[in-house]
Amino acid sequence: MKRLLTSLAIGAASALALASTPALAQDVAITNAKLVLGDGSEPIENGTVIVRGGEVVAAGADIPVPVGTTSVDAEGGWVTPGLFATVTTLGLWDVGAVSESNDQRAYQSPFSAALDVAPIVNPNSQHILVHRAAGITRAATTTLPSASIFAGQGALIDLGADPEPVMRPRAFQMVDMGEAAGRIAGGSRAAAHALFRNALKEAQSFGEAARIPGQSASRRDVRTGDDVPIDPRLAGRETDRPGDVLLTRFDAAALVPVVRGEQKLYVAVERAADIRAVLALKEEFPQLDMVLVGASEGWLAAGDIARAGVPVIADSLDDLPTGFDQLAATQSNIGRMKRAGVTVAINAAAMQNPRRLPQYAGNLVALTRMPGATGLSWGEAFAAISSVPAEISGLGGRAGVLAPGAMGDVVIWDGDPLEVTSVPTRVFIEGVEQPMDSHQSRLRERYRDLDESELPKAYDW
Amino acid sequence: MRFRGQVAYPARIGVIAGLCGALALAGCTTTGSASASAERADSDTGDYAAKTEDEAPFASTYRPYPGIATALVGATVYDGKGGMIANGTVFMSGGRIVAVGGPDTPIPQDVTVFDGTGKFVTPGIIDIHSHLGDYPSPSVDAHSDGNEATSPTTPDVWAEHSVWPQDPGFSRALANGGITALQILPGSANLMGGRSVTLKNVPARTVQGMKFPGAPYGFKMACGENPKRVYGNRGRKPSTRMGNFAVNRQTWLEAIDYANSDDPKRDLGKETLKGVLDGEILVHNHCYRADEMALVMDMATEMGYRVTAFHHAVEAYKIGDLLRENDVCSAIWADWYGFKMEAYDGILENAALLQQAGACVVIHSDDENDIQRLNQEAAKAQAAGRRMGMEISDATVIGWITLNAAKAMGIGDMTGSLEEGKMADVVLWNGDPLSVYSRPEKVWIDGALMFDAADPKRRPVSDFELGQPGAGDVK
Repeated sequence: MKRLLTSLAIGAASALALASTPALAQDVAITNAKLVLGDGSEPIENGTVIVRGGEVVAAGADIPVPVGTTSVDAEGGWVTPGLFATVTTLGLWDVGAVSESNDQRAYQSPFSAALDVAPIVNPNSQHILVHRAAGITRAATTTLPSASIFAGQGALIDLGADPEPVMRPRAFQMVDMGEAAGRIAGGSRAAAHALFRNALKEAQSFGEAARIPGQSASRRDVRTGDDVPIDPRLAGRETDRPGDVLLTRFDAAALVPVVRGEQKLYVAVERAADIRAVLALKEEFPQLDMVLVGASEGWLAAGDIARAGVPVIADSLDDLPTGFDQLAATQSNIGRMKRAGVTVAINAAAMQNPRRLPQYAGNLVALTRMPGATGLSWGEAFAAISSVPAEISGLGGRAGVLAPGAMGDVVIWDGDPLEVTSVPTRVFIEGVEQPMDSHQSRLRERYRDLDESELPKAYDW
Repeated sequence: MRFRGQVAYPARIGVIAGLCGALALAGCTTTGSASASAERADSDTGDYAAKTEDEAPFASTYRPYPGIATALVGATVYDGKGGMIANGTVFMSGGRIVAVGGPDTPIPQDVTVFDGTGKFVTPGIIDIHSHLGDYPSPSVDAHSDGNEATSPTTPDVWAEHSVWPQDPGFSRALANGGITALQILPGSANLMGGRSVTLKNVPARTVQGMKFPGAPYGFKMACGENPKRVYGNRGRKPSTRMGNFAVNRQTWLEAIDYANSDDPKRDLGKETLKGVLDGEILVHNHCYRADEMALVMDMATEMGYRVTAFHHAVEAYKIGDLLRENDVCSAIWADWYGFKMEAYDGILENAALLQQAGACVVIHSDDENDIQRLNQEAAKAQAAGRRMGMEISDATVIGWITLNAAKAMGIGDMTGSLEEGKMADVVLWNGDPLSVYSRPEKVWIDGALMFDAADPKRRPVSDFELGQPGAGDVK
């Protein structure tokens, strides 16, 4: 009986894989759903979402299903937009401690800001497969600060089972301006600030001297003979530069769009004083389009952050003085910043792995029942892992929401998506139903029992 | 955020007891109280003499704090040993559980009564694998006291000598996780990392003030990647898994010689190893891979000791039968995987598959954050089993983070379940503890109320946090 069950399971998995092989968006209507729009609102009973041509065309209550549209009855179950994970390193590593497989940091590289993850995201990474099955359909992924305070240029990716993971290359630059940055820059936060200012000044003058075109001309990638997409900024004219520059030409070029405000700058920082110092950089570099990352003491500077209009990708459950830069860390951080008017997403980097995003969001809901704590409503918490991070990433209205014009990323769950016991049962990305299997699911099936009476486990697949 | 959560391996390279009973049998190696007074010289011979292990050096000075007789009524009670009582009553007095039962359980007139309607009661949560105090917050080099990584075998070191009682992590574990007892282990850089210590999660000025009276010592061992990496990188043995076993076996052979000697010269490491051979010190073996765990169990048989629990054990589900037959617990995470090669095959169903195989399951944290949510980790593991058709009751799952942990730490006859006469280590939850939306509302340790969500002053603040931003905050 066990063998039969196994082959049935494999048959089902194969059928699903086949079904999803042609990456064609299905037109599908999901009806009778406990529908979550992702925009901060509370769930809608008996909701419907319609996806056509890979996009959401309608979502809400009382939506008629067009004749001829494939319909899926959610039977009252939870249906949500796909989750948006930021900041992550998805697709950049296989095993953390196996350096051969790990592209997260480039300690030995002469380059920093010029590092670009777009050509190196591996859509077959098991972490992509596992996180797709966990309902994460899009993510921001980036290398991490290592040889320099500048981490490099992160990309926005989708987690679809297809060979094209990158949807927006070079979507943001990341820089560390906190405690770690001081160590990287030479031993003091003062060194990090000097390095940062110098880098941006160099980029400013380099951008002018090299006549690097502005954003409108930089949208299309040029391709080299190797057919590797490269950043057109890096193909700029040779330009003589004075001898006392610190940045390589590539790094300077990569920071041109940052200093011009054409590329978002994610600034990793924890301490309230460091946060204020970073916000003050806008006086010197008014074009900077900043996003704070981490911000464990953000609640102490919440008013300043709100006035600066800078969004935050915040650590949600940090509540320990892990360093002297986050003595005031509390799980109420996000709730308090939100109440102060700050746009806050939950940081996927501050957890064991990004599939814990719903758990961390759920914990913020739990805080609403704790005396003295500040949490989020259910709708706010869900938005903090869907529409808000999408909006911060520049995909407002396109990802993390179920609304006309959004990409057709839809997840059907087996329970409340913020509950630790729930997982997705079906995942659609741009209307394409996704396979849910992975190395982990296959191990689970192989070891459903330990019966080796006929053959070793190696034949059970 | 330190850009490390999803990335690197954890920072802490990082017989069910009963052999050493509750009240420290003579000659038993425990953290029990010393009775003899300190004497510099032996009074009969006039020779200098250190106290022996039997005289319990570094004895516990913990005394329960005052509590008032309290009854919790109307709550759903999970007793920790697999039982559930709807509309249950838990009555504690004098630091002990006096009665557990249904709504008609008799309670005296003059005691404090809390209405637990809509709430849940469990035994105090127990973490079998923590480094709080040894790797405290703030996580600075000056605080890195968890691995004596100067020799592949350091059975002579004791984790308690590294514990900083002012680690703010203890208070978070209490308030957010309902943790009432925990085992602090040395890290896993070494094949033999040293002795662990079991603590009551009570704030104290000294580690002795936290030591769980009567708890046996544990002995930390580690398989696999960490020891061979740490020492291999220094060009010394072991640099391979076979080297790991060779060093371990030779060390055991020498310990056996020591144990057979009539009047051996005192040797702290050998005393610990002899304690293991005598069954008085419980082996907690960090080990990920199934094949390696099988080898370790054979090594234990060869050398005449037993492994109480494999910790981390991400591949335990592949050998649930062997683990059951050898009566070895698996102390595991719910969802950690992929951070190192030997964790590549981690799956969510590990705990459920082990339970199905009849093997002992303990959910552990190894982390100053996850220790605040062991209940949620247990719920995740339960749900993964349910999805593959294995129904494991809520009451059983609570046992994974209470009685099973207590048994594997050798304190199962004192705490870990709500039974008459046991220590009144109790958590009142504001909802189902297996839900993400629930938190501890009150926590009692030995009947003393040590955390109360409704009373800001009933929340410990460590010396380190006094006068700092956010001191006394809800955290």
